[in-house]
Amino acid sequence: MTIGSTLIERFYRSLYLIRRTEEEIVKIYPTDKIKSPVHLSIGQEFVSVGVIEALRCDDIVFGTYRGHAMYLAKTGNLRKMISELYGKITGCSKGKGGSMHLVDVDKGVMGTSAIVGTTIPLSVGYALGLKYKKSDSVVVSFFGDGAVDEGVFHESMNFAALKKLPILFVCENNKYAIHSYHINRHDSDNICERVKHYGMQVERIEDGDIFKIYNFTKNVIDSLRERDLGPVFLECVTCRWKEHVGPNDDFHLGYRDKEEVEWWKANDQLNKIRMMADDKTAKLIESVVEHEIADAFNFAEENTVYNEKEIYEDLFKE
Amino acid sequence: MERILSYPEAIREATEQEMLRDSSVVIFGQGVDDPKRILGTTKGLLERFGSERVFDTPLSEDGITGVAIGAALAGLRPINTHIRMDFMLLAMNQIINMAAKMRYMFGGVYRVPIVIRALIGKSWGQGAQHSQSIYPLFMNIPGLKIFVPSTPYDAKGCMITSIRDDNPVIFIEHRLLYYQKGYVPEKSYSVPFGKARILDKGKDVTLVGISQMVIECLRAKKYLQEVNIDAEVIDMVSLSPLDIDTVKNSVMKTEKLIIVDNAWTVCGAGSEIITRLIEMDVKMQVRRMGFAFVPCPTAPALEQHFYPDAKKIAMNAFNMLNPNKKEWQPNLELSIEEIEFKGPF
Repeated sequence: MTIGSTLIERFYRSLYLIRRTEEEIVKIYPTDKIKSPVHLSIGQEFVSVGVIEALRCDDIVFGTYRGHAMYLAKTGNLRKMISELYGKITGCSKGKGGSMHLVDVDKGVMGTSAIVGTTIPLSVGYALGLKYKKSDSVVVSFFGDGAVDEGVFHESMNFAALKKLPILFVCENNKYAIHSYHINRHDSDNICERVKHYGMQVERIEDGDIFKIYNFTKNVIDSLRERDLGPVFLECVTCRWKEHVGPNDDFHLGYRDKEEVEWWKANDQLNKIRMMADDKTAKLIESVVEHEIADAFNFAEENTVYNEKEIYEDLFKE
Repeated sequence: MERILSYPEAIREATEQEMLRDSSVVIFGQGVDDPKRILGTTKGLLERFGSERVFDTPLSEDGITGVAIGAALAGLRPINTHIRMDFMLLAMNQIINMAAKMRYMFGGVYRVPIVIRALIGKSWGQGAQHSQSIYPLFMNIPGLKIFVPSTPYDAKGCMITSIRDDNPVIFIEHRLLYYQKGYVPEKSYSVPFGKARILDKGKDVTLVGISQMVIECLRAKKYLQEVNIDAEVIDMVSLSPLDIDTVKNSVMKTEKLIIVDNAWTVCGAGSEIITRLIEMDVKMQVRRMGFAFVPCPTAPALEQHFYPDAKKIAMNAFNMLNPNKKEWQPNLELSIEEIEFKGPF
């Protein structure tokens, strides 16, 4: 299997965009201009990027409140995302959602949710709809290891397998549900071992290799389009570098070892891809992305005014 | 000759007509394709539309509600059935955190056309977990619409409206209403949200019923004729949005209002209707009636004290109009059949 420079460039562009956008969020957060709790993806970006680069534009992704990476990897609108964090009407959810409720229907980013596990059955229902309409798009459902604790996760796995739906489940296993460690919540740390009994193909990638994630997804998605495979489950072990919510480190809390994170930092896929990329091209990508980020923050800083009736808009479709 | 259908036949006909009209309408839930077909309301649908559009589900209320929402986002118009409203409590997370919020929380990008059907049970020892009527919980949530039709005519018209609506609709049926028969036109028609119906005019007291309590109010009106009290009976039909104006106009005339909730009265539909009338400075005497504030017991000797009924409603109305007279009890015994509501609409 050879990976062409084009893929490296795509990986780098996406990883760099996500990392740098979130680093800017970290920088700006103390100013209190961002009126929204942020659950940063820093360190976990490679899962979204590895999976989403293997998708088509018309494929659909569902995700969680830790959703900046998924949103940006699917090239959701950066201006609208930052404006949403700022609480502006120019945001993707008109300032009614915030960081935890990002959406870009045109790009196939379905709205993210702040209740753990809740978008999983929605993604299954969407796949049911695609199958019914005989579309060859597929759905990817992103969630964390905390979601596996929820009853609705198991209901959704069962139903997706029962109906042989065109869906890839991607569990980003960062081993912590807020601060609760996985082996204090499950008898076994291997989620695939449990899920395979629902009747679906499973794959566990433990080393954070973005190429493994991409290659697996590419093969699976092609098969899912043929409609006879049924759901597939991918577990990607990963690591959240920052605190559960907010822009800071959290080692002072003492619930996890710094060493755990250090291994993942040494294994950072962004650095790895940077070194694989042609230096000149990488610099060009960096320059373009930096410009996009600066533009998005400037756009969000602009004064906008809400009509006071706006609070009552969008409750019902008339 | 008037075309008479039963309540379940009316729901079935509405569903079938909409499924014929629009191929994006699908129906699923536990038992939709089983031999009993949700008490006949899904009879013949599997044979006509196939198992892709009419299918049974695992007992996964929360997950299946999420599936309905997701399918709606993908362009379908799902109807999800709960043969017991009590089972909906397992789906509250998806109904309240997701369905009710999908449109607003994402700035209006979505429409969520789902219909959630829920059947309320009563009598024959249904007990604490087969008799609940939790519509006040949903009335408290912005983003949901709620129908509680009591007549076959409204059952069909409200179902058609619900299926065509682009928002989540809770469609509440009552198993005792399944015995109701009445005029139902064959053609397709819709009944609007937020419009109550005056079922019988009167001038002395306004009786507002919800769901099966509408039937009890109609029976109470007959009892009250014995003592020359002329009651006006209103069926709310829609609980969210609420039609306060129809109740207000009636109460402006009668100055007396009894609201009979088919649920516990605490923070109930009656509480809400009365509060809004008070906020509009309507001068009136009011009484709330509803379930005794305990879980529903199974023993008939206890259960009879749990529910309001026509006699209790009539006695309450008599007492309101004649505070200084001694208690009165209706002599007449009315069977359910005598109150079958036949329209016309």
